[in-house]
Amino acid sequence: MKYLDEYRNPEIARRILDEIHQAATKPWVIMEICGGQTHSILKNGIDQLLPEQIELVHGPGCPVCVTPLEQIDKALAIASRDDVIFASFGDMLRVPGSKKDLLMVKSEGGDVRIVYSTLDAVDLARKNPDKNVVFFAVGFETTAPNNAMAVWQAHKEGLKNFSILVSHVLVPPAMTSLLSSPDNRVQGYLAAGHVCTIMGWEEYIPIAEKYKAPIVVTGFEPIDILEGILMTVKQLESGSAIVENQYSRIVHRQGNRPAQELIAKVFRVSNRKWRGIGEIPESGLVLAPEFKAHDAEILFEMSDLKVEEPAECISGPVLIGQKKPYECEAFGTTCTPQTPLGATMVSTEGACSAYYLYNRPAPKGGITAENEKNEK
Amino acid sequence: MCLAIPGKVLEMYEENGLKMGRIDYAGTVNTACLAYVPDIKLGQYAVVHAGFAISIVDEKEAQKTYEVWEELVQAAAAEGTDIFGMPLDQQENDQDKGKLS
Repeated sequence: MKYLDEYRNPEIARRILDEIHQAATKPWVIMEICGGQTHSILKNGIDQLLPEQIELVHGPGCPVCVTPLEQIDKALAIASRDDVIFASFGDMLRVPGSKKDLLMVKSEGGDVRIVYSTLDAVDLARKNPDKNVVFFAVGFETTAPNNAMAVWQAHKEGLKNFSILVSHVLVPPAMTSLLSSPDNRVQGYLAAGHVCTIMGWEEYIPIAEKYKAPIVVTGFEPIDILEGILMTVKQLESGSAIVENQYSRIVHRQGNRPAQELIAKVFRVSNRKWRGIGEIPESGLVLAPEFKAHDAEILFEMSDLKVEEPAECISGPVLIGQKKPYECEAFGTTCTPQTPLGATMVSTEGACSAYYLYNRPAPKGGITAENEKNEK
Repeated sequence: MCLAIPGKVLEMYEENGLKMGRIDYAGTVNTACLAYVPDIKLGQYAVVHAGFAISIVDEKEAQKTYEVWEELVQAAAAEGTDIFGMPLDQQENDQDKGKLS
């Protein structure tokens, strides 16, 4: 496929790998933000081909993974109602809430529909005026314009039976939060290419400057990721810390202005809780006051829920790159993609599911739950 | 969730007041909203995320990348090797070379 196949050429990949091997003289820790990049790295074996001194840690860029358990439980409660058609992207259906998931609600008779686009959910509202159509609006900046457009359209057409359950998060506040943590190990970032397609990359400049961390906007194909790593390593080796754009065929410095304008009209920035991480100031979106009539949390009077994560799940430290999936006692035993304990195993973008799917057991002598137990 | 793939715009039309298009992803055709790429033209490639085109592929930038790669290949060829440093005449026998995984 044009603009894809070229970025999967193994000969070019090998050449860039050689350059990375030549450039890397010291140990460096680089985080890829996006779960899509994590999967591409593991699927293509990039982690196994890099020089030993380059460690890739996997970031929190999996919207499904960071959606708080409370929001999943709210979705389940709304989807169980007789007067509701609950629409969602397919990847939210198997995310476990406290007691069940959306697929179970569907099997119990709940009207849960998988849609390809948020506009399909708006269409459901047009065609089912006697039902409340609720879309589960989960995602980063990439998905925000789509959900903004759905609300904008519904508002314009007076579709009072369309609402969204918002769980939108923003990437730069999470990157800042990780870099300012006392436990931080990350020295450079591969920024998420499609988030930057919408937002541009100017907002990363002060982050790179303040924390002396190079940030390279990177795409998703193997060649993109290798180039992004090479650019980051070159900066780290030379002591540079600026924002560079590897994904220039898609990402422009200013981002997508029409998309940003509609996001600004429909949403407001707010504090947001991230599953496994906790609340990060100004890291999420909520509907702006004039669109509150389309806010499912208000319509269905969802009060604040307090729920507990499964104690054995370490998805929190996995999401911020402090632990690898194989360090979890449940990994591959009680927790698999078929029986997930946490969202990092459910989502196709989660680090745990990637380690499971592409068979990344603990390295010899590396940290595992079992080794840690033996040491104690 | 942030997956987005490039496709070619085959047709443009309006639906419910929104600019829409039919997009060809190497043979699979689907619709997408084009409201966020108002300047797009027929035959151009757009990156589409969950039913919305979010960027027009910049052919000049893509071309620049190809040219850099071409230079890499030519520089290696000038040394009488492929880009792995293997002599060019051995290439045909090595089916698995450069395989990423």
